[in-house]
Amino acid sequence: MGWAGKILRVDLAKGSCTPEPLNAKWAAEYLGQRGLASKYLATEIDPKVDPLSPANKLIFATGPLTGTAASTGGRYSVITKGPLTGAIACSNSGGYWGPELKNAGWDMIIFEGKAKKPVYLFLEDDRAELVPAGDLWGQTVWATEAAIRAKHQDPQIRVSAIGKAGEMGVMFACIVNDQHRAAGRSGVGAVMGSKNLKAVAVRGSQGVRVRDAKAFFEATTKGKATLAANPVTGQGLTTYGTNILMNVINEVGALPTRNHRDVQFEGARKISAEAMHEKRPTDGKANLVHNQACFGCTIACGRMSQLDKGHFTVVNRPQYWGASGGLEYENAWSLGAAAGIDDLEALTFANFLCNEHGIDPISFGATLGAAMELYDMGVITTKETGGIELKFGSAQALATLVELTGKAEGFGKELGLGSKRLCAKYGHPELSMSVKGQEFPAYDSRGIQGMGLTYATSNRGACHLRSYTVASEVLGTPVKTDPLATEGKAALVKAFQDATAAVDSSGLCVFTTFGWTLDDIAPQIDAALPGGWTTQRLLDVGERVWNLERQFNLAAGLTAKDDTLPKRLLTEPAKTGPAKGKVNELGKMLPEYYELRGWSKDGVPNKDTLKRLGL
Amino acid sequence: MKAVILGAGPAGVTAAETIRAHNPKARITLVGDEPHPPYGRMAIPYLLSGRIDEAGTHLRADPDHYRNLGITLKTGRALGLDAKARTLALEKGELAYDALLIATGAKPVKPKIKGLNLPGVHHCWTLADARAIAALARKGEPVVLMGAGFIGTIILEALALRGVSLTVVEQADRMVPRMMDAKAGALLKRWCQAQGVKVLTGTSIAGVEKGPKGLAVTLSTGKTIPAALLVVAAGVAPNIGFLKGSGVKAKQGLLVDAHLETSLPGIFAAGDVAQGLDFTTGALAVNAIQPGAVAQGRLAGLNMAGERVADRGQLAMNVLDTLGLVSASFGAWDGVDGGWRSAALDRDNFRYTRLEFLGDRLVGANLVGIGPHVGMVRGLIETGTRLGAWAKTLKRDPNRLPEAYVATLAGRRD
Amino acid sequence: MQRSLMIEPVKCTGCKQCEMACSMTHEGVFNPARSRIRVFEFHAEARFVPYTCTQCAQAWCQQACPVEAISVDAATGAKVVKEARCVGCKVCTIACPFGTVNYVRATGKVAKCDLCGGDPACAKACPTQAITYVDSDWTGLERMRAWAAKATATA
Repeated sequence: MGWAGKILRVDLAKGSCTPEPLNAKWAAEYLGQRGLASKYLATEIDPKVDPLSPANKLIFATGPLTGTAASTGGRYSVITKGPLTGAIACSNSGGYWGPELKNAGWDMIIFEGKAKKPVYLFLEDDRAELVPAGDLWGQTVWATEAAIRAKHQDPQIRVSAIGKAGEMGVMFACIVNDQHRAAGRSGVGAVMGSKNLKAVAVRGSQGVRVRDAKAFFEATTKGKATLAANPVTGQGLTTYGTNILMNVINEVGALPTRNHRDVQFEGARKISAEAMHEKRPTDGKANLVHNQACFGCTIACGRMSQLDKGHFTVVNRPQYWGASGGLEYENAWSLGAAAGIDDLEALTFANFLCNEHGIDPISFGATLGAAMELYDMGVITTKETGGIELKFGSAQALATLVELTGKAEGFGKELGLGSKRLCAKYGHPELSMSVKGQEFPAYDSRGIQGMGLTYATSNRGACHLRSYTVASEVLGTPVKTDPLATEGKAALVKAFQDATAAVDSSGLCVFTTFGWTLDDIAPQIDAALPGGWTTQRLLDVGERVWNLERQFNLAAGLTAKDDTLPKRLLTEPAKTGPAKGKVNELGKMLPEYYELRGWSKDGVPNKDTLKRLGL
Repeated sequence: MKAVILGAGPAGVTAAETIRAHNPKARITLVGDEPHPPYGRMAIPYLLSGRIDEAGTHLRADPDHYRNLGITLKTGRALGLDAKARTLALEKGELAYDALLIATGAKPVKPKIKGLNLPGVHHCWTLADARAIAALARKGEPVVLMGAGFIGTIILEALALRGVSLTVVEQADRMVPRMMDAKAGALLKRWCQAQGVKVLTGTSIAGVEKGPKGLAVTLSTGKTIPAALLVVAAGVAPNIGFLKGSGVKAKQGLLVDAHLETSLPGIFAAGDVAQGLDFTTGALAVNAIQPGAVAQGRLAGLNMAGERVADRGQLAMNVLDTLGLVSASFGAWDGVDGGWRSAALDRDNFRYTRLEFLGDRLVGANLVGIGPHVGMVRGLIETGTRLGAWAKTLKRDPNRLPEAYVATLAGRRD
Repeated sequence: MQRSLMIEPVKCTGCKQCEMACSMTHEGVFNPARSRIRVFEFHAEARFVPYTCTQCAQAWCQQACPVEAISVDAATGAKVVKEARCVGCKVCTIACPFGTVNYVRATGKVAKCDLCGGDPACAKACPTQAITYVDSDWTGLERMRAWAAKATATA
C-alpha cells in the first residue's frame, strides 16, 4: 500500500541482485525516498568513507506517492555520500523513471561495491539483471538510453544514466533520466561512475496500490484543485516555468552575477522566461516550444525548447535541432548571469549538453563563473585554458567548455573539479562561491537573508531546495517576510527545512508547496498508507530526517565551522539594488537556529533532541 | 430473396447476419454439418486446455441469436449442386436458393502414412475431436503431435497445458514455416523446449503401430516413441468435394472475384474454402485466417444482398501464443523484391522484430515476444502509409513502430 | 447524442494522469502498463499524444472475435470486451488496424477502452482538457473514421 514493500540490493562486485523486504519500522519513521534511503545509508556505511570508493553505497529511492495519481507523484531521489561535499547527498529527480521503478514493484535499489567492468542494471518487474555495458561506456546519456531501448526491444524502458562526466569523476556529474530530468547535485553521477555502473534501466507493469482508493481519489482531486487555483502553481509555473523568477530576483537585487561580484545582471531580461516566449528575430520562432509535465504533475513547469538552427552553437549539428529540456531558472542563472552571459540560445545549448553529458548546470555554471574571475584576475591564462578566452560574458567560452567539461577533456577537466577545488588549486579558495564544497544556486543571500542561513546549514551543501525561504521572503508564500531582515529567519528556515524533508520523502515535488502546505499533503499520504498520517507526523518525519542527515555529516567529520558562507557574502556589500550596502548577516541567525533545532552551540544535536526524535 | 449459406463457421454466420442487416425480408438458411450451434474452431484449443466450456466456443453467445434474426439453422451435409436449377442437394432433401454462399471451410488432411486409422489417432478440428482428445490427453501421458504449423502450434499449447508429455514432430526445418522465418521459428522451438515440450524439426512420422501405451510412433530417424495419443495437424484442404461436376471453378480453393462471387453467377464463396484476392500479392490465395474469413463473409453477404462492394484483398496475418510466447506475422513478412528490412533479435529474451518495407511503406512483419499495439502493423500495411523520416528511425530501431504509427497516422489531428 | 473522446495533443503535457485514472478505474491500481489509453511522447517535437480506441464504426475487433466476446454498448457506442467470454486468442489484437486492443498477460484476456460506461475517467483526470468527452460531431472523429474506411481492405 503506497510502498511496494520491497527493495533490491545489488552487489556490483559479486554481480548479484537480491530482493529483500522494505524495513517497515523505518518506513513508518522515515516515510520513504529521501528520509528512508538516508536511514539505510546512514545505517549501512561508515560516514567517513571515501565517496568514490567501493565502500560508498548508492541508493535510488522512490516515495510512497511515487507512481500514484497524486499531483507530482513521480519523484525519486539518489542518496549517497557526495564527492563534491563529503556530506550526505540526496538529489531529487522527476520525469518518468521513478514511477517506472515503483511500477516494477520496488521502493528502492541499493547499489554496493564496484563492478569489475562497466555494467548497467536492467530491471523488468521481478527480473533483475546486470548487463555488460562496455559498449556504452563513454557514450552520452542520450545515446545510452536509445541503445538500451533498442537492445531490449522496448521503447518504453525508462533509463537513468550517467554520461562520460560521471565515468570520469567530474565532481558535479549528475544522473539523468528521461533525457533532461536529473538527480543533479552533489556529484551523485561521479559515485555511479566510480562503481562502473552506467545506467539503471527499468520497466514495470505491476502497478501501485493505495490503502483506500476512494479516499485517495478524493484527497488527490482536492489537492489538484488547490494547485490549479493557485496563481503560482496554476498559472505562473505552467506558463513561464521557474524562469519567471529571473526578472523578479534581479529586481530584488539577489541575482548573483559574475561569481557574485554583482547582485544584479544587466542582461537578465534577455535570459528570462519572458524572452523564451518571444519570437527570435533570426528565425521568427520562440525558444520555448511547449511545457512538459513530469509523471503525474498537474503543474507542468518543465520547459521544452528548440534552438535557432543558425545559432553558432548548433550550425551543422542537427542532433541538437530537435526540442529538448529548456531553461529552468537555476540553469538560466548559472549558465547565464553567474558568468555574465546573456545569449539565450547559448544558454539553452549549454543546458542541452549538461543533460546529454550528465553534469549539474548549477555547479558547472558557477564553477565557470569562478574560473572567469580567476581569468579576469590573470591567475588563469589562455595557457591553462588551452587557448580559450575565459572572459565574463563569453557565450563562446560557455559553449566550448560545457562540452569539454561533459567529456572531461582539456580545461573542462579542471572545471570538473568544482569551484572549491579549482579555486584552491589556483590559490584563491575564497573565490569559490560554495558551502561545504557545493556551489550556490541562483539567490544572493545578501539580498535574501534567509537564504544565507539556508545555504550555511543545508545538509548537502549550498542548496535552495532544502528550505526555499524565497517563497516567503520574495513571493509571500505562505506569509510575506522582509528579505533584508534577519529576525524570525531561523524559525522560518527550520520550518521550511522540516517540511521540505517530509515532502522529499513522500514522492511529491517540492514545487507543490507553492500551493500546498503539509495540511494539504497529509490527507493524500494518509489515504495511501496504513498507520495514520497527520501534518504533525509529517513534521516529525521531516525533523527526524534533518537530524539524521546532520548526524551523518558530523560523523563524516563536518563541524559547525562548515556552516558558513564565503567571505564575499559576509564582508563585501551588495553594490546595487534594494540590498545595496548589505552583507549576509549569518552570525545573527545561526545561533538562534542551533537553539531552535535543539542543538549545542557547536551545532551538535542534544541528547534530548535525539531522544525526542527516536534517533 | 432466398439466401442459402452452406457452412456455419465465422464466414457463414457473418454473411447471414450481413444479409439480414441489409435485407429484412430475405429468407436466410444457414446450414452446418455438426450438431451444435455455430462455434469457432479458434476456440477449441481453449476448450481443450479447460479454460472454457463448450458454450464458450459458440460464435454467438445468445442461444436465440439466429431465431431473433430470422435465420434458419439447418444441420446437414451437401451432396451436390445444380447451378442451373439453383438447388443444393443435401443428405436429406434439397434447398432452393437465389444466392448461395459456400463457406464450407476446410478439413484436416490425413497424410498417407501407415497406421493413421488406428484408435488413438485424432485430428483436432471439431468439437467431437476435442472430446476424444480430452479423453486421451491426460496428465503425464505421452502424446505425439504431428505438425507444428500454425494450427499445430496452437494445439501444442492446449496439449502442453493439459500436462501431457508432448513430442512435436514437424517435417519442415522449423516451426510455423509458413508464418515465421528461420530466426523466429528457432526462437519458438527453443522456447517450447524450455517449457518441457520436445520439438523435432526436420523429422517426419514414418508409421504408426499399436504399442504398449496404445501407439508406437516411428520417426524418419528410425526411432520409435510411445504415445497414448497422436494428434495429426498436417495441414488442411478446402471442403469442395461435393462440388465435383458443378462447374464451380477451383484451384487450391474456390476461385472468387473481387465480389466474392465464384465462376458461377449467384454462387459466392468465403472463408477457408475460398481462393480470393490477397492484399499483398494481388493474386488469388487461400489465406484461411479468422479475420479474413469474417471479412470475406461480410463482403459476400453484402454482395448477396445486392450491395456491390469490392474486396481490396485480405492481408495474411496470424497471431500465435505458444505457452506464453506471443508471435505474429503480417503480409510480406519474408520481404518483397526491391524492399528492405529492419530486424532486431534478442535470443536470450525471446524477442524478435522483423519489419519489411518497400520504399517508406511497411509491407510485412514477423514479431516474436510482441509488445503492445500490434494491430498498428496491419493499419500501416493496409493504408500504405508513407513513413517518411520515420522509416529511418525504424531502420535503427524497428520496435519504435507504434510511435511511427501515431506520428504519421493518428497524431496529426490538431 | 453519441459522445466521443476528443483528443487535442497540443494541449497535452505528458503527465499521464489519464493513464493512471484508466488503470485505477479498470484494474484498481495505478499502472500505466495496464491503461487502455497511452500518451505517446515525441520528445524532439515536444509533443505528447494521448491515444486510444476511437470506437470505430467498422469494429474490426468485434467482427474478428470468434466467440462474440466484444459487443457494442448501446448507450455509448463503445466496443466492450466481455472478459467472461474472451478466450485470449488475440485475433482482435491483430485485426484492429489502430492497435488499440491489447492482450493482457496477467488476465489472459484482451483489454480496450470501454468509455467507462459513458463517464470516461481519463477525460475527468486530464488537467489540461487535452482529453474531453464531447458530442461526436465535434471530435474530428469523422476524419479518423474516414481513414478507417479507407484503411479497410474489405469495405
